[in-house]
Amino acid sequence: MTLLYIALIIVAIFQIYPLVWLFQFSLKSNAEVFGMSPFSLPQDPRWENYVRVWTDGNISLYFFNSVWITVASVLLTILLASFVTFAITRMYWKGSKLVLGLFMVGLMVPIHSALIPLFSFFLKLNLIDHPLSLVLSYTAFNLPLTIMILLGFYYTLPREIEEAAVVDGCSVHRIFFQITLPMTTPVLATTAIINMIYNWNEFVFVNTFISSDEFKTLTVGIQNFIGQYLTDWGAIGATLMISIIPILIAFLVLSNRIVEGIAAGSIKG
Amino acid sequence: MNKVMSNKAVIALYVLPALILIVGLIYGPMLLTGYYGLMEWNGMATMTFVGIENYIDLIQDPKFWESAKHSFLLAFFSTLSLAGYLIVSLVLAGKIKGSDLFRKIYLIPMLLSSVAIAQLWIKIYDPNNGMLNSLLMSMGVETPPSWLADTNLVLYAIFVAILWQYAGFYIIIYYAALKGIPESLVEAAKIDGANPIQIAYKIKVPLISGVIKVTVVLAIVGSLKYFDLIYVMTGGGPNGASEVIASYMYKKAFDTFDFGYGSAIAFFLLIITLIVTWLTRKLTATEDEVQY
Repeated sequence: MTLLYIALIIVAIFQIYPLVWLFQFSLKSNAEVFGMSPFSLPQDPRWENYVRVWTDGNISLYFFNSVWITVASVLLTILLASFVTFAITRMYWKGSKLVLGLFMVGLMVPIHSALIPLFSFFLKLNLIDHPLSLVLSYTAFNLPLTIMILLGFYYTLPREIEEAAVVDGCSVHRIFFQITLPMTTPVLATTAIINMIYNWNEFVFVNTFISSDEFKTLTVGIQNFIGQYLTDWGAIGATLMISIIPILIAFLVLSNRIVEGIAAGSIKG
Repeated sequence: MNKVMSNKAVIALYVLPALILIVGLIYGPMLLTGYYGLMEWNGMATMTFVGIENYIDLIQDPKFWESAKHSFLLAFFSTLSLAGYLIVSLVLAGKIKGSDLFRKIYLIPMLLSSVAIAQLWIKIYDPNNGMLNSLLMSMGVETPPSWLADTNLVLYAIFVAILWQYAGFYIIIYYAALKGIPESLVEAAKIDGANPIQIAYKIKVPLISGVIKVTVVLAIVGSLKYFDLIYVMTGGGPNGASEVIASYMYKKAFDTFDFGYGSAIAFFLLIITLIVTWLTRKLTATEDEVQY
């Protein structure tokens, strides 16, 4: 029993200590980083590292780009996926199985096998170096997984309420927006957080489609930023921590939903 | 009821926007990739049809095979590591105090961006001030290796970072599956005198074989298309020692503007992903799925 605990704790240290170490050097000066043991605690925590990187470069700009692009993509994905799932599970039509299959196969397509045509497509539409290319790509590539998670929940919803609404002369739109959609709030929270993690961290699309600082998100922004601060470990650490903190906060608040969503979303492939 | 709920106009309105998006941005491009692979094209000017020339070049390109070898090595190690994740999950899913906390801690790296993970591990592997070599030097190793600059070590060094990133993901999947096993089966085995290891090996693992199969596919396919972390950590270097299929494709297309050749690699990646998915499922298919 003790042996098992020791094993679990060793794995836990392996998983968490690199982040603790990152936090430590984000509060150090270069003299401390290069002159002392990397495991030492910061002597006099330099919170000004955070202030400096936030005000110095474009980090705050990248941060807000990440926020609004993530929020816009998540909202669009959830709305479109809810429409599709409602139509597939609640409405009667030929071809619903086929359409569902089409969405599910999308889970397997690697983004690299679509990247070059997507680039030339957005180039033709003048959407290269435009945030819309990101919002549309994130939405398209997140739809399959989102629909898959929603589907399981929709199947468990009772039909009686909707049937009663139809008898009362309710329109489909009212049923969807005022009855069904509000009933799915718990699973919407799960899909929202899964989508948020994906969009917040996305790298390939931003790196390929966006070239001007104005529209860069945090993932690509910190990559360039770190290039300028090669030897200033304190600044690099602070930058990385800034990119990590929003996700960590979301995780602390919603961790059960995240765990649930990953478990639900994992059975794809 | 049926009349309201089978209104064609409403169905079209609800389904078409999403359908147009995935056909336009996933399926259309996917097919175009195969087509572009038949072209000589720098991304801007007109395309010239060259037939299967790019694909022939691909087969004769030693750099491509080198990167394919690295991708398959990563897939092999990732699949092996699943056994370790399974053992950790078996321990966690036993009645252990604090299992909730452990699970959450294991998951945290999975939430971070590959760029942040890559930058963090570059610092960990830093030859002079990194965590790893400082530890080694304090233990008496006089000249510890420079991990990411060593052509023999770089792929393994990156693999450790990948292990760190995905551990929580697989542990959560296994944990959820193990928690789904009815308590009565385990109790019955206990009454029959089975010890915990026998219960794990003979009852729990076979019962979640369907999920294990899925994770094998996920690990292999995920490794074949692995990109972000390698691109940021080493850019495929030193001297191509950590180049993988996806990073080689990206370089060819977006660094040297050889879009035709890049598309050929991307199409190869797609085909190999589909074949491997199909093959893994076929090979790991059980005669009949376990029923509770």
